[in-house]
Amino acid sequence: MNHNILTTHVDTSSETGLRTEEMLLNVGPQHPSTHGVFRLVVKIDGETIKEAIPVMGYLHRGTEKLAENLTYTQIIPYTDRMDYVSAMTNNYVLCHAVETMMGLEIPERAQFLRLIAMELNRVASHLVWWGTFLLDIGAMGPFLYAFRDRETILDLFNELCGARMTFNYMRVGGVKWDAPPGWIDKAKEFVQYMKKELNNYHQLVTGNEIFISRLNGIGKFDTKTALDYSLSGVMLRSTGVKWDLRKDEPYCIYDRFEFDVPTATEGDCMARYHLRMAEIEQSLRILEQALEQFPSEGEVMGKVPRVIRPPAGETYVRIESPRGEIGCYIASQGKDKPWRLKFRRPSFTNLQILPKLLQGENLSNMVAILGSIDIVLGEVDC
Amino acid sequence: MNTLLQQAPSWGSTLWFIVAAVLLLAVVLGFVTYAIYFERKVIGWMQLRIGPNRVGPLGLLQTVADVAKLLLKEDIRPQHADKALFTLAPILAYAPAFAVLAVMPFTESIQFADLGIGLLYYIALSGITVLGVITAGWASNNKYSLIGGLRSAAQMISYEVPLVMSVVGIVLLTGSMNLKDIVEAQRDVWNIVPQFIGFAVFIIAAQAELNRTPFDLPEAESELVGGYHVEYSGFRFAMFMLAEYVYMFGMGALITILFFGGWLPIHPSLDFIPGIVWFILKFSLYVFLQFWIRATMPRLRVDQLMSFAWKVLLPVALFNILLTAVVVSYQNGMF
Amino acid sequence: MSDEKRKPTPEEKAAAAAEARAKAESLRKLREQEAQASQEPQEEVSALEVKPVSEMTPEEKAAAKKAAAAEAIAKAKAAKEAKEAAEVETPVAEQQSEAVALPAKPVSEMTPEEKAAAKKAAAAEAIAKAKAAKEQAEASPPPAKPVSEMTPEEKAAAKKAAAAEALAKAKAAKEVKEAAENGADTADSAPDADAKAKAAAAAKAKAAAAAAAKAKAAREAGGDESGDDDAKAKAAAAAKAKAAAAAAAKAKASQATGDEAPAEEAPKAPSKNQPYLDKYVSRISEAFGQEVIEASYINELAKEVPTLTIQNERWHQIAQFLKDDEQLSFEYLSDLHGVDYEDRLEVYYHFYSYKNRQSLAVKVKTSREDSKVASVMDLWHGANWNERETFDLLGIHFPGHKDLRRILLPDDWVGYPLRKDYVQYDEEV
Repeated sequence: MNHNILTTHVDTSSETGLRTEEMLLNVGPQHPSTHGVFRLVVKIDGETIKEAIPVMGYLHRGTEKLAENLTYTQIIPYTDRMDYVSAMTNNYVLCHAVETMMGLEIPERAQFLRLIAMELNRVASHLVWWGTFLLDIGAMGPFLYAFRDRETILDLFNELCGARMTFNYMRVGGVKWDAPPGWIDKAKEFVQYMKKELNNYHQLVTGNEIFISRLNGIGKFDTKTALDYSLSGVMLRSTGVKWDLRKDEPYCIYDRFEFDVPTATEGDCMARYHLRMAEIEQSLRILEQALEQFPSEGEVMGKVPRVIRPPAGETYVRIESPRGEIGCYIASQGKDKPWRLKFRRPSFTNLQILPKLLQGENLSNMVAILGSIDIVLGEVDC
Repeated sequence: MNTLLQQAPSWGSTLWFIVAAVLLLAVVLGFVTYAIYFERKVIGWMQLRIGPNRVGPLGLLQTVADVAKLLLKEDIRPQHADKALFTLAPILAYAPAFAVLAVMPFTESIQFADLGIGLLYYIALSGITVLGVITAGWASNNKYSLIGGLRSAAQMISYEVPLVMSVVGIVLLTGSMNLKDIVEAQRDVWNIVPQFIGFAVFIIAAQAELNRTPFDLPEAESELVGGYHVEYSGFRFAMFMLAEYVYMFGMGALITILFFGGWLPIHPSLDFIPGIVWFILKFSLYVFLQFWIRATMPRLRVDQLMSFAWKVLLPVALFNILLTAVVVSYQNGMF
Repeated sequence: MSDEKRKPTPEEKAAAAAEARAKAESLRKLREQEAQASQEPQEEVSALEVKPVSEMTPEEKAAAKKAAAAEAIAKAKAAKEAKEAAEVETPVAEQQSEAVALPAKPVSEMTPEEKAAAKKAAAAEAIAKAKAAKEQAEASPPPAKPVSEMTPEEKAAAKKAAAAEALAKAKAAKEVKEAAENGADTADSAPDADAKAKAAAAAKAKAAAAAAAKAKAAREAGGDESGDDDAKAKAAAAAKAKAAAAAAAKAKASQATGDEAPAEEAPKAPSKNQPYLDKYVSRISEAFGQEVIEASYINELAKEVPTLTIQNERWHQIAQFLKDDEQLSFEYLSDLHGVDYEDRLEVYYHFYSYKNRQSLAVKVKTSREDSKVASVMDLWHGANWNERETFDLLGIHFPGHKDLRRILLPDDWVGYPLRKDYVQYDEEV
């Protein structure tokens, strides 16, 4: 597909008498730095990118169409496969949408478990980002450090819900499994460990001269552009907008905990790097409080009708995923299956700015910029 | 060996040459085999992994198995590749890397050719490698290869300049380009001390010459998915890998000779330890440094790479020459 | 089993509320009400969960104005209906009474106002009546709004009331009934408030003899607070009296400050977003006329987001207005997608204004055969891929989009999968 989307220009009249030619470079879908099956058709002049056209859909599974023939509970596993790096938030956004429609009350303990799971997942997701981003710009070591620590989180999840990546943990009205005995303590231990480890990360990478010169001032945009392109999450906060749905439109029980919303004003890759690192810190802060206040007993599943039938009408809720604003729209006709289900995927929306950012950039910056957007292809293609 | 070289060619001497060359090749191959093993182990440890541990005891035969696999693999050539150049490129890359070893004095006695212009010979030959790389990039008929090849050409040419400039100081100090003389001149103090600026420039430029992290842009796998050798597989790919490691071997030997006093011991009292041991120790230190850097550093960007060579390294190297010249002149009583 | 046990409560509530509402409706001869069946129970439940009293107040006020205009009719009818309403609402209110800590506050907040109002009312009751009647005609749009805010049904009614002022007086009488009904609810659900209400009543008594008498009776009845019919009725009457007093004050206020009156009421509105919806509606209809807004309501299911349905033909202009207008300035497009409702296609937009910290949902309808919705890509660049996706999966065309190609599916795909009548095209079959 897209054979004619770009035309190249041959310049034979250059002053030096050299015949120069623009070249089309096909980056992906099997390129190591596109983080999945994402394709970029790049027109380059030397190593300078003239134009970039993203091509996607290689991982399109028609989740939204499938969902129309599934009951709400059956849809939850499909959400795991969207943003597979941070499946807990996907689980949550669907459940949250249905619960909002039905006006359900979620038991305290379930709320805590949800929050803890989501925040742990946020940390895990940012760790994956940290590792792969540095791998993109050529540092191999950090990747393995990040994955070692993420592994601990995945083990925790494994204990909690029996899965490492595709959790299928939350249900409309609560969560499927209670925390096994001792789990909270393990999680506490991890939080303390991670706090220390984060310093190591900074020592390993943050001050590195090469690293700094690779990222400073790269992939820059301002607030106006960010809003225009519907960017969210770190992409938006890196331009100075203090906006975090956890704080500004609190859901779950985020309003009970103290945390900051880190922002930066530079709007470049470096700012995004620092923000994500700071977000890990804040997530750990939330986790610390939540684990401390975790109710010692209680139900993990609310009183929910056996067959979930949200009232006819429509709803749209949005929450803060590690990648930005993830939204879920449900149009219900009062049946047990949604009439229309739509996910607003942050990766998809954030990726839109990529062609603009790549214009005029060096080919090496391409991977840095793409990496700093932090996309997950399962989510882009849905 | 030198006496053999000066004799009239005869069957006997030719045989000797062949045997010696094969011996050196064996040593180098042995080095490459275990350098790769060592590299994987060291980086593995640094990255909290175990590294190869399956083939043979402690995984010692891992590289052997890898090489065997590469040699047995089907030789694939892209349909629209330039057939002749595609075949030639790995040889072009490999031959000079091996040829530079001829002038290396590993100890006082183990040396093949004691050329008066040994240093020049090394630098001149190593410049050919870039031809192999750029040929490979062009012949593969692949855009990534081409970009990798051209990046490589630009990089190697740029870094050759500070590399050469940085050793001029040593030549000035020693008054000779003969590598043996250079080692002998370090009896009192190794060149790394008086020529520290030169050393710093040299080691950075050498890293770039070797296309190793953080200057591995020609093959940057996250951008160019392998760069110039992306279309190569099987034994042609093995040739490129071999060239890379042999070149590293050569560079390690050169640095040992130029800055670490070659086979000389740390202190004269330690003279009883054979020179070759000292050489290997110093050489290993450099190789370890290579791996260490690879495990920790991110990659530079092309434009930064170029400006770094021309705007930082070259002026520093030139300053070093000036400084050395002034000092040497002063010592010779010119002022 | 536990499901069974819990379920009835909200349902009962809902049912009870619905019943009460239904009676009121029939009395009021309300027109055009479909889609209510589902919305009403939901809304009623949530209304009870949130501040019941605070919800009442604007209503009371508004209603009370009308009460001033037609007090005589109201008295008779309200008493009767309050009784009915109280009957139905009592269990609900009682169940809620524990949970409601809030009521005390709004009531207490109201008291000074009431006092002032009552004083004024007493000072010039006769004048007030006359004036109120007059003002009723003048100021009917503003007060009509808050009432309408509570439910779409009322709103529809209110709109028409505004349109046809002549009907207003007649309707006012009917609305008084509602006020009474709600007043009963207030009194019931706020046991704490009674003490304060008593104080208020006492204050009033000093000022106005007539009002005081009524209020006292009400308070006494309120003191019993057990939920028997008479007490409720009296309480309702009291509430009405209160409302009447407040109305007088308000009428004056609205006379003095003009348009500000609705703004002041904002925090006490039934939905916290109602004033915003009104603002959007008024801004848009000022600029483009009323016909461009096909419908406007608070979507209770989606965290009370103000929702507008915009006329397809004018959509692009309005989108421009939404973005550029100082008071609206929706600079952020959160989501854009299409829905197939079989008889029509809809494009759903979710906007956010970082400046005003407010959300807005917009729906634009189009036909299935010739589906076209103007592209907003030139206004919000973030619409680019979303519109392409909508085109890809639903086949909605976006004239004005610069690069409307399929995005997720291959270019040679046949059909639009998210349409309900989609049948997969397969060469093999």
